[in-house]
Amino acid sequence: MAHENLDVIVEDIVKPENLVYRRPSTLIDVDMHYCPGCGHSTVHKIFMEVVEEMGIQHDIIGVAPVGCSVFAYSYMDVDMHQAPHGRACAVATGIKRVLPDKYVFTYQGDGDLAAIGTNESLHAANRGENILTIFINNAVYGMTSGQMAPTTIEGMITTTSPYGRDVKSMGYPLKFAELIAPLPGVAYVTRQSVHTVPNVRKTKKALQRALEYQRLKLGFCLVEIVTNCPSNWKMNPVESNKFVQNTLLQFYPLGDIKVPEVRV
Amino acid sequence: MAKAIGEILINIERCKGCELCILACPESTLALSKTINHKGYQYVVKVNDNCTGCGNCAIICPDAVITVYRKILKVPKPEMSNS
Repeated sequence: MAHENLDVIVEDIVKPENLVYRRPSTLIDVDMHYCPGCGHSTVHKIFMEVVEEMGIQHDIIGVAPVGCSVFAYSYMDVDMHQAPHGRACAVATGIKRVLPDKYVFTYQGDGDLAAIGTNESLHAANRGENILTIFINNAVYGMTSGQMAPTTIEGMITTTSPYGRDVKSMGYPLKFAELIAPLPGVAYVTRQSVHTVPNVRKTKKALQRALEYQRLKLGFCLVEIVTNCPSNWKMNPVESNKFVQNTLLQFYPLGDIKVPEVRV
Repeated sequence: MAKAIGEILINIERCKGCELCILACPESTLALSKTINHKGYQYVVKVNDNCTGCGNCAIICPDAVITVYRKILKVPKPEMSNS
């Protein structure tokens, strides 16, 4: 039904002035190693879009974690540093103190930030370091084949909790965003996701706001992004996004947890 | 009345066939191919001309393989009969 009378040819549409969306130039033009449908790739993409739109490609320094996203420096065309497991916030603290005019971010998964690096992350937040931490929460250890993480929700089956997480013996899941939000050094804490188009747009706005707050030197910013892990949840990408919507987001509600009283 | 008409270019060699764009497309324009690319994945192809260039597929695509173009066309209004 669409355009039978319009007599439009493809060459008329594919012109620079009609461009709506293209791959951001700050994302290096290589294949990413992530599994099909992985939320990491989406977050890499939207964060690099934010960097491109703000024009800060040469003024931003990232710290890559250990985990699936250890190769973030192979995909993000910005200055990157690699930190030991869990220590990204400590390394970022050093970078920010030596180069206070640069934007500094860490990109960490839940195994890196909320398990091995809890101490470093918590104290960086408590010191009010002016850094942005992007926290990818997929509720399992992704790179090491899906063991239970501190963020695994109650009853969730992983390779090390094959009967589901039993909170009596394995403890309760950790809500890191809510944990650090009351600290006075923390400026901005929000939880977003990338499983639908509107959520991707909201996440992009949150990342942009966090960088604006960093420019104003307001303190520690945490953007938690609840994502999928199709391979280790043993689902296909579409099913895993449904699991995010129906199960994970019941425990990790989306929205701003702490917002500074400054309008940007 | 204006009508939006879109065109998408898909980098099929980089597509991993996760099908998230197929679900995100409001016009059911996308589908998986019958053949595979060099990595062994079925890739996404455009199967009809209903695309309006909304960009949903490109925004949800994890691997940024889709480029979206959109043109707004002026369509003359159908003549109203006064009878």
